[in-house]
Amino acid sequence: MLQTEQYIINIGPQHPSTHGGLHVEAVMDGEHIVDSIVHLGYVHRSVEKIAESRTYPQFVPYTSRLDYLASHLPTLGYCQTVEKMLGVAVPERAEYIRVIMAEFSRIASHMLFVGSLAIDLGATTGLIYCFRDRERIMDLFEMTSGQRLIASYMRIGGVSHDLPDTFIPAALSFINDFPKMIEEYEGLIVGNEILQARLKGIGVLNAEEAIEYGVTGPNLRACGVEYDIRKVDPYGIYDRFEFDLPLGSKGDSWDRLLVRMQEMAQSVRIIEQALQELPEGEIKAKVPRIIKPEKGSEVYHRIESSKGELGYYIVADGGEKPYRLHVRAPSFVNLMVLPIISRGEKLQDIIANIATLDPVLGESDR
Amino acid sequence: MSKINIEKMLTELQELMGDKLQISRDDSFSWLNINSEALLDLMGRLKNDYGFNYLANLTSVDYGEAFEMVYHLYSIPDNAKVGVKTRIPGNAAEVDSLVSVWSTADWQEREVFDLMGIRFKGHPNMIRILLPDEFEGHPLRKDFKVER
Repeated sequence: MLQTEQYIINIGPQHPSTHGGLHVEAVMDGEHIVDSIVHLGYVHRSVEKIAESRTYPQFVPYTSRLDYLASHLPTLGYCQTVEKMLGVAVPERAEYIRVIMAEFSRIASHMLFVGSLAIDLGATTGLIYCFRDRERIMDLFEMTSGQRLIASYMRIGGVSHDLPDTFIPAALSFINDFPKMIEEYEGLIVGNEILQARLKGIGVLNAEEAIEYGVTGPNLRACGVEYDIRKVDPYGIYDRFEFDLPLGSKGDSWDRLLVRMQEMAQSVRIIEQALQELPEGEIKAKVPRIIKPEKGSEVYHRIESSKGELGYYIVADGGEKPYRLHVRAPSFVNLMVLPIISRGEKLQDIIANIATLDPVLGESDR
Repeated sequence: MSKINIEKMLTELQELMGDKLQISRDDSFSWLNINSEALLDLMGRLKNDYGFNYLANLTSVDYGEAFEMVYHLYSIPDNAKVGVKTRIPGNAAEVDSLVSVWSTADWQEREVFDLMGIRFKGHPNMIRILLPDEFEGHPLRKDFKVER
């Protein structure tokens, strides 16, 4: 009998396919992965500790830096949490603007997902197409906040600036061109036979395991579980919009790609409705300059970010700074299944699995 | 599966657990404040008897003389929710691990151990997750001093 032994291959932390500082030790038996050990913390900034030494409004910019690929979403979650504590009602116009920005963030994040998945699997051109289109969303963000990537546009009580006159025409032109973009991705990336072979039947996660491990967002819906916080626990004004939940059936990497492709179209649907109904009026509620939620009040608020359930748990002690702030990061929890879905597969499959789980390390490491 | 009747569940659990369990409510959650010794028992029942299959959030708060463990549970697809809290003394920060009930507790408990220094009995891999292994102290504790 031939003597064999297991060996370890390090993937990352400095490797483009890890989307930031993620380090995975793949324990190999020949070509097959026996186990994979995930090491996190390369971009840990201890935002939860920082929050305890910042006032409530001062913490807003830090939230943008959690999920920097869809920066409006974590900011939205944080602002809504504090508003819930204070009992502040956000003006109608601001609610609509928030939905528009949140859904554009989701599209930007999913576009980056599709593009980076393509480049991770060796299809460099795919990335360029997605980045070209994502750039137009970045321009929209720049118009409203002056920032492209980490916008910090939302405020406790509303948003920082009203939409400029150029915004709505630019947004409508994006929506108008959107079907063409999807058509291009379908042809160039999704329709690519090599890409399909690399994703179909790879990284299979069944629905029961997904719930057991707390997987949320598109990754959970790819397993066929109809669970989206915008639907089951609507926040803001999400109960006013019509949209469908794209579902997968097998829970493999391929389904995780398809679900996100379809979700972009649903986000566009929401933006169209929001632009149509966008009312005139105030963009920020009257919030006291110094925010002091009542002593002992605590809130857990969750939103559907582009990665899954993003939750904030805040405990107040009556002062102007949070006593305790915890971020329930979907990327962190979703990554937990990486060893499970990669077991028994080949080394190249773990690259596809990391890409399709779509972690953003700023959020998972906090 | 039938929809969970939260009120009925609270009454049943109160009868079963007696004075180990205090029930309180706030705007969004019904809270089960449980004696830490009965935590594992209660959580097993919530999952297996009442269908809370999704442990969304697990975290801790440092109140000086005591730590409070906070759990937010949901059920998919019933969409019911309940919160669980348990207090453990600050000088003996140890509580039962829930990995045997929900696998998702694994990393979330490691994070609490790493940042808050609470040990979880029965956890299969109680090591730091975000900070380097040689790091000293647990930054989210209130007595951890931040150098500027």
